Amino acid sequence: MIQIRDLQKSYGSKEALRGIGCTIKQGEIVGLLGLNGAGKSTAMNIMTGCLAASRGQVLIDGIDIAKEPLKAKQKIGYLPEIPPLYTDMKVQRYLEFIFDLKKAQGDKKRHLAEVCEKAGITQVGGRLIKNLSKGYRQRVGLAQALIGNPPILILDEPTVGLDPTQMIEIRGLIEEMGRQRTVILSSHILSEVQAVCGRVIVLNEGQVVADDTPEHLEAALQRKNRCIAAIEGHPDRVRQTLLGVPCIESVALLAETEPGVHEYQVQGRPGEDIRRPMFGALAAANLPLLGTRAHRLSLEDVFLQLVSPQQQPGGDA
Amino acid sequence: MGAIFKRELSAYFQSPLGYVFVAVYYLFAGFFFFNYNLYNNTTDLRPLFDLLFSVTIFLIPILTMRLMSEERKSKTDQLLLMAPVTATGIVLAKFFAAAIVYLAAMSITLVMAGVLSIYAPPQWPVVLGHFIGLLLLGAALIAVGLLLSSLTENQIIAAVGGFCAGFFLMLLDALAGVISNPFLAGLVTNLSFYTRYQNFTLGMLDFSDLVFFTSLTALFLFFSVAVFEHRRLS
Repeated sequence: MIQIRDLQKSYGSKEALRGIGCTIKQGEIVGLLGLNGAGKSTAMNIMTGCLAASRGQVLIDGIDIAKEPLKAKQKIGYLPEIPPLYTDMKVQRYLEFIFDLKKAQGDKKRHLAEVCEKAGITQVGGRLIKNLSKGYRQRVGLAQALIGNPPILILDEPTVGLDPTQMIEIRGLIEEMGRQRTVILSSHILSEVQAVCGRVIVLNEGQVVADDTPEHLEAALQRKNRCIAAIEGHPDRVRQTLLGVPCIESVALLAETEPGVHEYQVQGRPGEDIRRPMFGALAAANLPLLGTRAHRLSLEDVFLQLVSPQQQPGGDA
Repeated sequence: MGAIFKRELSAYFQSPLGYVFVAVYYLFAGFFFFNYNLYNNTTDLRPLFDLLFSVTIFLIPILTMRLMSEERKSKTDQLLLMAPVTATGIVLAKFFAAAIVYLAAMSITLVMAGVLSIYAPPQWPVVLGHFIGLLLLGAALIAVGLLLSSLTENQIIAAVGGFCAGFFLMLLDALAGVISNPFLAGLVTNLSFYTRYQNFTLGMLDFSDLVFFTSLTALFLFFSVAVFEHRRLS
């Protein structure tokens, strides 16, 4: 379990983290989302002991990483954004070095064979790291994080720069690893987070602006003041009728779905439920409302809404 | 610490750096040995060790330039930072790896003394004194180079910094000569690597010289640890 309490980090006058806090339970796969400079890598570097916090505390299974770093670090496997690889070494030799560096216990040969198999790098064990493709380098980076069987894995943008096939492979690997471990990963790819993570923490300007499951985040930010409506009738008449309703702000024609039937995106004032007044106005104008559906927000929309400077988390705008 | 030491040591010989350093050292030592001992038919190794002072000062930066700077540039320092190893352990491992390569290079002087012993026995206590002096000088210079390497991620800057530091240390004696204040002149002379080293080449094993080089080595290693820790804290 990881407990983060009031974590703050400043680089000179710039505050990279402004008192973030959360608890990550054993077995969770947590996605850290945020724009560049939001504080994701800083938070990860502090969690792994690579960086010291200006204030606050990180507890790894109850061990304070600032006070007992050597003990806490043995519980963590970390893959930084740029895999820390000695490119002049062969893969097998590099992993042996990591095994010794981490002071891992057990049969070295067998453990490394297991790790190589998990990361899918058994066949490149005898090759120099500098001669490997980016995908394989990433896998070697992942393998080094797995050495010593740490119960916590922290992965900073593990699929960045990979081609789609490699991305899917690495994603599968993370999912598999997450069955036995706590995994924290940061990513810019929201579909990846949605596919892999059971929980999402959104950081913006060094603060946690959301912390929930992807589904709950989407649901919490759904807007009742916006819907898609299929209406029969001339578009000009429909628009005029709808704009005559006081709580409706804008009407956008989307597409003609059937002859004479168009879909519109209807936007109401913040906080207003527009569905009933819209129905009443259309019925009065004899414009058949053939269907409505909620304007579903994708995780991308949710993310943009959360990190948008004009909008507050969870608020309608 | 053991893992980092082994990795650093092997890294010297996985690239041409270690071979070049040892080969150039052997080349200079061999030339001086031929010129001053074999050619002049003498077992006095003093001129050889005297000249190796300059060679050591200018070759050590080649050995130390990549120690820390390369880690920073390739971001492998994160690997060391997240490993269950202390900053002191990391710095010492790197120091000892460089020191072992240097020891391998300077050990050629013992081979040379051995060659001379075939013809006439050299004064072994004096040779040993020379050897200890050269070893301590190298250790102090490696510590200085390690600190400079930890201050930059550019190996060239680390090497140039090392050369400048070496040149400064060589000029300290000349500086002492132009200082009129006797106290200051004495202080500069006492800080001079060359003066301290010359005592060894004269066959004197002075305790203060031993303390001077070992304490300087410890001081610069301490600074290197502080720089490494400071980066984690900043």
